[in-house]
Amino acid sequence: MIWTTELPPFVPFFIGAFLVAITRGYLRQALLLLVPILGGVHLLGVEPGIYGQLTFLDYTLIPYRVDRLSLLFGYLFHIGAFLGVVFALQVRDTLQHVAALLYAGSALGAVFAGDLVTLFIFWELLAITSVFLIWARRTPEALRAGFRYLIILVLSGALLLSGALVYYHDTGSVTFEYLGLEGLAAWLIFLAFGIKCAFPLMHNWLTDTYPESTPTGTVFLSMFTTKVAIYALARAFPGTELLIYIGTLMTCFPIFYAVIENDLRRVLTYSMINQLGFMVCGIGLGTALAINGAIAHAFNEVLFKGLLFMSMGAVLHMTGRIKGSDLGGLYKTMPITTVLCIVGAASISAVPLFSGFVSKTMIMVAALEQGYDWIWLALLFASAGVFHHAGIKIPFFAFFAHDSGLRPKEPPLNMLLAMGMAAVLCVFIGSYPWLLYDLLPFPVDYVAFNGTHVIAQLQLLFFSALAFTWLKLSGLYPPELRSVNLDADWAYRRFAPGVLSALSPVGHLINSSMRRAAIRQVQSLLTFLWRHHGPHGVLARGWPTGSMVLWVAILLAMYLIIYYV
Amino acid sequence: MKRKRKTRQRQYFFDKPQNVKRVLRVLYAICGVLFLIDFVYHRHVVHPWEGLWGFHVIYGFVACVILVLAAKEMRKLLMRKEDYYDMDD
Repeated sequence: MIWTTELPPFVPFFIGAFLVAITRGYLRQALLLLVPILGGVHLLGVEPGIYGQLTFLDYTLIPYRVDRLSLLFGYLFHIGAFLGVVFALQVRDTLQHVAALLYAGSALGAVFAGDLVTLFIFWELLAITSVFLIWARRTPEALRAGFRYLIILVLSGALLLSGALVYYHDTGSVTFEYLGLEGLAAWLIFLAFGIKCAFPLMHNWLTDTYPESTPTGTVFLSMFTTKVAIYALARAFPGTELLIYIGTLMTCFPIFYAVIENDLRRVLTYSMINQLGFMVCGIGLGTALAINGAIAHAFNEVLFKGLLFMSMGAVLHMTGRIKGSDLGGLYKTMPITTVLCIVGAASISAVPLFSGFVSKTMIMVAALEQGYDWIWLALLFASAGVFHHAGIKIPFFAFFAHDSGLRPKEPPLNMLLAMGMAAVLCVFIGSYPWLLYDLLPFPVDYVAFNGTHVIAQLQLLFFSALAFTWLKLSGLYPPELRSVNLDADWAYRRFAPGVLSALSPVGHLINSSMRRAAIRQVQSLLTFLWRHHGPHGVLARGWPTGSMVLWVAILLAMYLIIYYV
Repeated sequence: MKRKRKTRQRQYFFDKPQNVKRVLRVLYAICGVLFLIDFVYHRHVVHPWEGLWGFHVIYGFVACVILVLAAKEMRKLLMRKEDYYDMDD
């Protein structure tokens, strides 16, 4: 019964999260690993179709619908969750493990949701579960950033729900399918997706919060939220011309910020917006080639961006630092991490034989074929730019550049293994893309490896590298500086509060005391969790055989219940 | 104690300037070859701009220089101290 195809893929993750919360030590680690493996094996046996409908109030809900598009994201999220779990295996913080599994489960729930109400529920769950991965860092910055994150992403959910209700009013259905950008409902839903997709001016929740999370938390964060948004856009708004322009803007503006940003994980968030831009653009182009390219790129991005965040997480974990100005010379004592990071960097830069190449070029070719010459030029500019800031800057300033004097050891074995597996996948997909191509929504007749594509890409990349070398040697390259760069979030982090306090001192007082109260609440919750579930917590002490037997018995009982229900 | 001194004095690959030079020379050589390929190899292009001689070579180089120099200028407008947002909230 447990292997029935009718079991929605999020269920194992939610059950797993519960079991992980009440177990400790090796048993917990085994459970963490088993959840994505068993879930993934289960999903391999699932065929496209609709599994069960239910009526809630007046709505016909389809909580579990499977087609080629959702299956691909389903496989992807299982792989991503597995890599993340391996990477975080040594972490002794119940909060993070539970939040990570619930978060991955919510992402799975969202991509298999067949109606807008179910989608809304998982959309909000994604925000609520993932914020704990940010708060788990337990710094004042992380607490504050977590609140901003929650407000913006819950707002996205509110827009989605309003859109769904208007849509129901207009059509009498809440089925989640192609919408097209017409009417109020579609616009509301478009905006909701746009926030999670980090559209320009709505992008700062991403750059603000991901770098504040824990070394392992950011890896999970980078894999799910934005990819669910890409999936939702691809289903509801393929071929929407506006997306071409939004996507192109997203590829271009963040790379400027990435060049001058000092926090290397924040550089990666800017480069993430750049990569999302390629996908959004592909969805906007809407041809079979472009959609395939966008989806394939989302698949690859989870792996190579996950790998890059893992390598930076490993650096942060081992040195406690992540600013470019504090790092350098780490290749001396972390050679394996260095090589794995370079594999990720080569993949995101779309070097031939690495994964980015086989998907990004599809979108570029599609843009040219559709006659969007200027868009193509802009994407080409962004491709050179991404090589510059993610391909060269990240490995260069972390592992080479000036010698920081830091001599950290390699990270723990599980971290190396997770990075190693991600790197192998990046190279495998990059050299043998046909397995991925077979999973794509449309049949692929695109040839990635022809002389024209390969030579053009190599010329672009190597001369970008030459430009970097020249700028660096001539001293023109801007140094890494301890600083903050103003972005759109200035409007709500500085301008609006400033206006508020200027207008009314009382309002300012209420505002700041409410903020303080909210932060205190979360702080005390986190302290509570840490005291009981942290490495030295009451529930983590010792492992008497008696309680081991007890938990095994409970597990067995639950298994039997699920089996016979 | 002895071992400690040993690690401190250990020379790593890029500690030797000639190794840096070697890597740079390899980069220049590859760039040279890629530049010359345009004379020999006829690329099957979709768009006429792509087929222009040295198009990707020049575009890649110029794009990156513009990117970096423009970002450097952006700093004058956008850069603030690290504690800029640490207000009383």
